[in-house]
Amino acid sequence: MIEARSVSKSYGPALVVDGVSVTIPKGGVTAVIGPNGAGKSTLLSMVSRLVGMDAGTVTVDGLDVSRTPGDVLARRLSILRQEQAVTVRLTVADLVAFGRYPHSKGRPTIEDEARVEAALAWLGLDELSGRFLDELSGGQRQRAFVAMVLCQDTDYVLLDEPLNNLDLKHAVGMMRLLRRAADELDKTVVVVLHDINFASCYADTILAMKNGRLAHQGPPAEIMRPEVLRDLYEIEVDVEEIGGKRIGLYFDARG
Amino acid sequence: MSSAEARRAPFAPPRAARTVPAGLALSLLGVALLAAIAAFMTVGARGSWSFVLQLRGLKVLQMLLVAYAIGVSTVLFQTITNNRILTPSIMGFDALYVLIQTALVFGLGSAALSAIDARATFALELAAMTGFSLLLFRWLFAGGLRSLHLTLVVGIVFGTFFRSLSGFMQRLIDPNEFVVLQDRFFASFNTVNRDLLLAAAGLTLLVSVFGWRMRRRFDVLALGREAAVGLGLDHRRDVTAILVLVAVLVSVSTALVGPVTFFGLLVANLAYQIVPTHRHAAVLPAAAMLAGLCLVGGQLVLERVFAFDTALAVIVEFVGGVVFILLLLKGRGAR
Repeated sequence: MIEARSVSKSYGPALVVDGVSVTIPKGGVTAVIGPNGAGKSTLLSMVSRLVGMDAGTVTVDGLDVSRTPGDVLARRLSILRQEQAVTVRLTVADLVAFGRYPHSKGRPTIEDEARVEAALAWLGLDELSGRFLDELSGGQRQRAFVAMVLCQDTDYVLLDEPLNNLDLKHAVGMMRLLRRAADELDKTVVVVLHDINFASCYADTILAMKNGRLAHQGPPAEIMRPEVLRDLYEIEVDVEEIGGKRIGLYFDARG
Repeated sequence: MSSAEARRAPFAPPRAARTVPAGLALSLLGVALLAAIAAFMTVGARGSWSFVLQLRGLKVLQMLLVAYAIGVSTVLFQTITNNRILTPSIMGFDALYVLIQTALVFGLGSAALSAIDARATFALELAAMTGFSLLLFRWLFAGGLRSLHLTLVVGIVFGTFFRSLSGFMQRLIDPNEFVVLQDRFFASFNTVNRDLLLAAAGLTLLVSVFGWRMRRRFDVLALGREAAVGLGLDHRRDVTAILVLVAVLVSVSTALVGPVTFFGLLVANLAYQIVPTHRHAAVLPAAAMLAGLCLVGGQLVLERVFAFDTALAVIVEFVGGVVFILLLLKGRGAR
């Protein structure tokens, strides 16, 4: 369970996250949605201690993220950020192997090697394992980073907009994969998404943020309603039920 | 212990295939370096062997120490700043050293300064240098590198500021004292101060032992701040430790031969090309040996072929500067 209590963060005069208290249950997929600048990424960064908070506390399974030693936390929680600019020239296998660092401290055992192989296979990267990252397409590189995060083998996996740069096929593949990680590997997946329909189709819980505050929290059926989405995005969104899933139609929305 | 050792993967086919060239490259570099040292010690030797070997031995030791300090400090600095263009010298580290030296002569006078043991002033300069560089460069890199160009500009502004301040003080002091200073600041691989050399060697060994134990963390730090924190490193602590290490190594090289701006850039980037791995356990020795090869080989050619007509520093800076411009031009597309 991830628990944030009155967490705040400001960059200069701009209050980005404003006293958010939220509980993310263990297990399943939790999607964080909301308009640009709602504080989704910042909240995720504070939970994963990439960014310090100005006020409040975050605990992961009872461990306070700002006091727990980094390597203890790195075996519980992994994070994939939006932008991945690596200046070092790495192969896919090298990158994925870094995911084992919290366990192996740079001295990989046979078990670590096996887990790297497994993560590569899981993401269909076997054939690319010897290729350098700068030789891959955006989608392939994104998958390599996800493989690294999964290889870290933590209970909690946090991803900040993993669908960026992905075409339809790979976006669906990525969401299926996160769903499988939650169902088959018992991971708790927290993912920031821009597309409300992916959230609706794949998440168990949706957190909706607006202006640095938590606006709504609940299962997709509760969040995927015209009045909630209008309040959130300030445009009219029709919601239709297609094949048992609630789909928001916002393409010709009236402001 | 033994069970963990036994479980360690002996050979993983794809990785083994990649480490062989790295090992080969390191061995070839080592052989080339030894050959250069042997040639430097013996070619054109006349008269008493014990005298020749001792004189040249000290020179070689000094060059190797400087090569090691510049190579290792540049690679580590580039690791924590996640770029391949900035070096401690470009960021004004050795301009700071010159400023401290000048301030000392300005405040105490060269006579008083030369009366003090060179090692004592070195220790003082070292402490000032480490403190200053931590204060100045910490805030720049603690939050991760925001923009390469911004950082480059800040570095150049700092460097220019330090140099101007030194220049201002040098104009105020007695011309005789200025000559003493100038002598120290013009990079020279010919003069050896024996006491200083031994102290610097000891210090370098000390920080190297400390650094070697961190070598696996270097690899993770090179991924960038966020990935390093995500993988459980105490980024702030490790970056501070490396900055201290870099400050010590820059002090060592500047104290021994004076400021050399582009040499580090040259050897670090050559090392990345030659050793096809991200592992610092291979890249650091490669950079140090390459630097040693350049200095010893260069000095050999200079002394025996050009008969001291020109200074090694001039050639090294020229080639390094050209590489710097090429990297900037190439980097424009990549960033």
